Amino acid sequence: MSEELQSGIVKKFLYINRRAPHGTNYAQEGLEVALIGAAFDQDVAMAYLDDGVFQLKSGQDTKAIGTKNFSATYRALGDYDVKLVYVERESLERRGLSEDDLMPLVYEDEDDDWEEKPLIHVVSAGEMQKIISESDVLLNF
Amino acid sequence: MLHVVNKSPFEKNCLESCVRLSQAGSCILLIEDGVYGALFNGEASEEIQTCLKDRKVCVLGEDLQARGIESDRIMSGVEVIDYAGFVRLAVEHPKVQSWL
Amino acid sequence: MTLEINGQSFETDEEGYLANLSDWSSELAEAMAQQDGCDLTENHWEVVNFLREYYDEYQIAPAVRVLTKAIGKRLGKDKGNSRYLYELFPYGPAKQACKYAGLPKPTGCV
Repeated sequence: MSEELQSGIVKKFLYINRRAPHGTNYAQEGLEVALIGAAFDQDVAMAYLDDGVFQLKSGQDTKAIGTKNFSATYRALGDYDVKLVYVERESLERRGLSEDDLMPLVYEDEDDDWEEKPLIHVVSAGEMQKIISESDVLLNF
Repeated sequence: MLHVVNKSPFEKNCLESCVRLSQAGSCILLIEDGVYGALFNGEASEEIQTCLKDRKVCVLGEDLQARGIESDRIMSGVEVIDYAGFVRLAVEHPKVQSWL
Repeated sequence: MTLEINGQSFETDEEGYLANLSDWSSELAEAMAQQDGCDLTENHWEVVNFLREYYDEYQIAPAVRVLTKAIGKRLGKDKGNSRYLYELFPYGPAKQACKYAGLPKPTGCV
């Protein structure tokens, strides 16, 4: 990957997150790898589907189970210039969740007087198909 | 017997097998990612509903809190317990089956 | 690795970042800086304290680009640029300042 990075070619990365947040390490590692990729000026988008939608559930507090509350780190995605976070609507519905259950995530639009804009876009399976097919590099966690 | 489920019912079939193979009068405890099974309106709620007819169903509160699930999102009839309650259940039931 | 300060030892990783966030104190920051031949001025502290607040809120140490942008927003454009930050922290503003702030190595730095 380093040659590509040095060559200045920007590719569209899509991080596909399909695991629930606290039972395994996948979610936290996926988030960190995505932030690292974004720090290298790559075009990074996040997709949350299946149990991955639980990663964005609001109100997570891991104090009682004694693990790091990395759910706070999702709010840094905007700082790292990740501007697209897609959540599959069907995955939410199967779990009895709706968009209102997700933590609010925003980025500040430099080109629009730093106005806060929403990061999360809830999309249908059909739209998600298109998002996946139009990405150059797919990384799964 | 105490049956423990720690995997999400949306990813693995542990809860499904547990429901199919646990007897009336037993207790089912949902922990870790297993707690998602207790979500009201979730696709696993039918399985839990079946269990509630003749089995006790508990869910670990600490794991709910970590995942941002308020107790009002849990199906009625499911009892929220804490770590001390977990210990009590384990003591009350001489046999424990973990559906890993 | 361990860091010896005033007769006390603190666990660090192989690059000198504190292993336990809770070991941090301002004296420890001063001592770490001194080992690098650096005296912490008010301007240094502004960045170190900013990083600690950032970590507290987001649970990560920001990469240098993110830090620069965030400092610019908080403390003004004359401080939110790499020339100013590199003058304060010649070993790399994010890496060096995170070390003194007792944070892990920034997410997105290699």
